[in-house]
Amino acid sequence: MFDWIQQIADWLVYDVLNLDKGQHLAEALNFFIYDSSKILILLFVVIFFMGIVNSYFPIDKVKNYLSRNKLYGLEYLIASLFGVVTPFCSCSSVPLFIGFVRGGIPLGVTFSFLITSPLVNEVAIGLFVGLFGIKTTIIYVISGVLLGTISGIILQKLKLEHLLTPWVKEVLANAQRDQDIFQIENQTLRQRLPVIWAEVVKILKGVIPYVIIGIAVGGLMHGYIPEGFFEKYMSKDNLFAVPMATILAVPMYSNASGILPIVQVLVAKGIPIGTAIAFMMGVVGLSLPEAMLLKKVMTMKLITVFFGVVILCIITSGYLFNIIL
Amino acid sequence: MAKHKHEAMTKKIKILGTGCPKCKTLTGVVKDVVAENNIDATIEKVEDIIEIMKFDVMTTPALVIDGVICIKGRVPSKSEILALLN
Repeated sequence: MFDWIQQIADWLVYDVLNLDKGQHLAEALNFFIYDSSKILILLFVVIFFMGIVNSYFPIDKVKNYLSRNKLYGLEYLIASLFGVVTPFCSCSSVPLFIGFVRGGIPLGVTFSFLITSPLVNEVAIGLFVGLFGIKTTIIYVISGVLLGTISGIILQKLKLEHLLTPWVKEVLANAQRDQDIFQIENQTLRQRLPVIWAEVVKILKGVIPYVIIGIAVGGLMHGYIPEGFFEKYMSKDNLFAVPMATILAVPMYSNASGILPIVQVLVAKGIPIGTAIAFMMGVVGLSLPEAMLLKKVMTMKLITVFFGVVILCIITSGYLFNIIL
Repeated sequence: MAKHKHEAMTKKIKILGTGCPKCKTLTGVVKDVVAENNIDATIEKVEDIIEIMKFDVMTTPALVIDGVICIKGRVPSKSEILALLN
């Protein structure tokens, strides 16, 4: 599928720059050009596609649907899937959270949404396809959705409503399972495209520097870390590897796009994929800036329980992947 | 006389957003449209989440003109905002 990029990279390195094949610098440069072009193209495609889906996605309708119907547990899965299609903007998570609470949707269902929304987002998917291939991406997306679903069910069982901040409790007390009136925006694709396009360009501009640096650092490590280096320290038998990787990952949100290319190299050098996925889920799914925003609606105790449950679920799925894959 | 007529029609624009990049973009675009077209309007940024939630929006940024939610969850183009203001 990406042979043509390889050809361009070959042409640039061996013909235009006239470097010799097999030379260390030439190979590193070739790898860098190929990898970064491929990932940027994939990122562009995924972000653009998600932009279109999102532009047409009736958020209010889904909320009303969840609010109106008894779904016998299926609502957690729906809320989790809903988190996949909404773009992740940490500033939108609080308004959406309140919108759900106001609509009388159970707290656990709301959590399912809140967990999957950042965990499975367009930038992560684009990077994943580019770095790890379709198969691993599908595994990541499915496990992300299940993780949101299961964490939501657990959080609901813990009955945490009393740990919300006072004004949210008030919203909760006045919650109504009614249908909000909403206007449908009647815009044609032609009218929507410029807006979607501007958004795509903006997201790409934001992540490109990190991706490039990440690939460059990854490329350097690729050359200097011997094959199988990490197997000694992080083998599947090492029970502490998964929890360590997850907890290390939580504070690293801001540069997820730079960290993923490096993780790919680590996997190539022998870190088990389950440990790596746990690490990436920690990087992408949980972040301290998000926790700060949630302080407006949750007490610190609730945020701690929330993060704790999600961390436990991530660790569990890390172990599972190490066993299965 | 003309001035008096204008004052009566001052548009009250509110931009709802907790201060994310998109909300800042929207504020910039609205300010540009108002200035470029000499529209008589007041622009207010609502950043407090409790205030924002009084308007029934689930996605930010949102644009409120004279108490009506016109745009939510996205940054519209200049021409779209101009159309909404006229």
